[in-house]
Amino acid sequence: MDSLLPVVAAADAAPLSPGQLRELYSLMAAVRYLDTSAVAWQRQGIIPGYAPELGQEAAQVGSAYALDTARDFAFPTYREMGVARTMGVDMVAYMSTHKATWHGGMYDPVASRLAPIQAVVAGSVLHAVGWAHGQTLSGEDGVALSYFGDGASSQGDVHEAMNFAAVMKAPVVFFIQNNGWAISVPTERQVAGGSVAARAAGYGIPGIQVDGNDVVAVHEATRNAFAHCRAGNGPVVVEAMTYRRGPHSTADDPGRYRSLDDERIDAGTDPLERLRERLLAEGVADEAFLTAAHQAARAEEEAIRAGIEALGPRPGNEMFDFVFQETTPALENQATRWREESEHV
Amino acid sequence: MSESTTAILEAAAATETQSVKLSMQQALNRALDEILSNDPKTVVFGEDCGQLGGVFRITDGLQAKHGGSRVFDTPLAESGILGMSVGLAMAGFHPIPEVQFDGFAYPAINQIVCQIARMNYRSRGTLPMPITLRVPSFGGIRAPEHHGESLEALFAHVPGLKVVSPSDPHDAYHLLKYAASRPDPVIFMEPKSRYWQKGDVGTSDGGTLTGARVVRPGRHLTLVAWGAMVARCLQVAELAAEDGIDVEVLDLRWLKPIDAEALATSVGKTRRAVVVHEAPLTSGLGAEVAQLITQSCFDTLKAPVERVTGFDVPYPSGDLEDEYIPNIDRILLGIQRVLEYRRG
Repeated sequence: MDSLLPVVAAADAAPLSPGQLRELYSLMAAVRYLDTSAVAWQRQGIIPGYAPELGQEAAQVGSAYALDTARDFAFPTYREMGVARTMGVDMVAYMSTHKATWHGGMYDPVASRLAPIQAVVAGSVLHAVGWAHGQTLSGEDGVALSYFGDGASSQGDVHEAMNFAAVMKAPVVFFIQNNGWAISVPTERQVAGGSVAARAAGYGIPGIQVDGNDVVAVHEATRNAFAHCRAGNGPVVVEAMTYRRGPHSTADDPGRYRSLDDERIDAGTDPLERLRERLLAEGVADEAFLTAAHQAARAEEEAIRAGIEALGPRPGNEMFDFVFQETTPALENQATRWREESEHV
Repeated sequence: MSESTTAILEAAAATETQSVKLSMQQALNRALDEILSNDPKTVVFGEDCGQLGGVFRITDGLQAKHGGSRVFDTPLAESGILGMSVGLAMAGFHPIPEVQFDGFAYPAINQIVCQIARMNYRSRGTLPMPITLRVPSFGGIRAPEHHGESLEALFAHVPGLKVVSPSDPHDAYHLLKYAASRPDPVIFMEPKSRYWQKGDVGTSDGGTLTGARVVRPGRHLTLVAWGAMVARCLQVAELAAEDGIDVEVLDLRWLKPIDAEALATSVGKTRRAVVVHEAPLTSGLGAEVAQLITQSCFDTLKAPVERVTGFDVPYPSGDLEDEYIPNIDRILLGIQRVLEYRRG
């Protein structure tokens, strides 16, 4: 689908260099390895749960690769591990949310430029709009990158966010990963009209639907959207059409709502395999590079797993310490009683 | 007069407690004006807050003075207003959003409860939410449905929120400035039926702003109230005095955190308490107040803590609101029940 309103093309819209293409492959390989390993960690009892993003590597890596961590900010939900990895977030700190260490993850969101992980789908979309409007008020040129899915697009907050952003011309890229499924409900019973990007026309802003399994196409669309926002033209909707190849979470059983045959047909070509074939066909990479990339991914996963296994529970006083910046007498009393009763002081 | 004498007099005038007569609407407007002048990171916004100055004119003239970037209208969507506040706070701003009427905080409850109240916690203190949410609250103006609600117990129950309600122009002015200067989210409940009553506002000294305030000392019984009920309790105290009953009126002001020490001090002295609120009885804040009093004063209490409140019904239409909101007679009867209580 073409954009209904034009997106100003990036000023530096040169094609991705061979080095960048290889970097994208390395990132996607690292994400793939960590993602599939995390499912195994759950089966092995290392972590209590995980929300896999198998099949969404191109959408996540390609979009986050357009973000400038010196000035931009990303707002994830709970399935954006590939975004975090691409942005250079400390992955032990990121994965700690799945270890049940701390809900938002242990990484520093301010330094990472990645808002805390959160479970209310569409909850953070309005935050992106507020942050982006703050850029306008401060005269800065940062862009907010808001991640959400086809399921979240049913939430009223998505409408409010797009409308607010369009009215205020806030520099936000609304990046939808339409992965075909909201747990067990398919897109056709979730998204009326079949496209979230098509809604952009109603707000008078550009909307682009892109092949979400083509990392280069995703990156170029997102890069153009960033340039459009940075030039002061207001928000853009980018809808990456992809496929959730795994379960919704490690507690889910997709066999209850789709068959393996359906999965094989609907998933299309694996995005990592697609990039591999392209790199080889174009002579951008050779087998030695690909092998090295997978070895690096494996070593990285081993280091992250070791970090996760070494991660102990947080001290219980942190339950109380982070509720407020300035605590209250009632909370102090509860903390004192908890300490006395738990430690038998 | 020598130059040095002039300087001394001027210095004395500057430090002297100065007072002006303002309505609560004017006091809140002046407070917002000063906050905007003193803190360049403050932004004031909501439905009709810009050009119009708000439906209650609390933001009157602020856009003209401080500009459309600092004081602005939003689309008509409360979740959007509060969700946007989160992002602005993450970007280093100090948002003072307005929800136009109490009942319209409900459409924003997800952003208030799941986001504003939790972001500091979720982010381990790295993303504070210095948001002061102004909510014209409580009943008494014969307004349409959803324009007369008392949400304090609901907000007070949410970890991560603080809740305050001023009862007079002086406190409105100082508590708003104080709330806006703090790093945590504060729900600021303005008693809309009291917007137009004037009172002395000491502009140089706000006094203690963190706890409850004894607005009328007394010896026989403590009336605990907040918001618009404080003025009514003062009326009740005057009437009770005619019968020789010396009533203390304690304006709780902060509904979270509640000033438990002030409750203990007051009821420790009077040994009897009636808590008055507009909100429905069941699981209202009166229950929390009664428990705090019982905890600290059980041995000396002369009677169980009485509650005089609204009923467990949806806030009624204007013709019936005088039947719903605790009136003078009902409060006096509550006092009588406590005074006449005898241990069985």
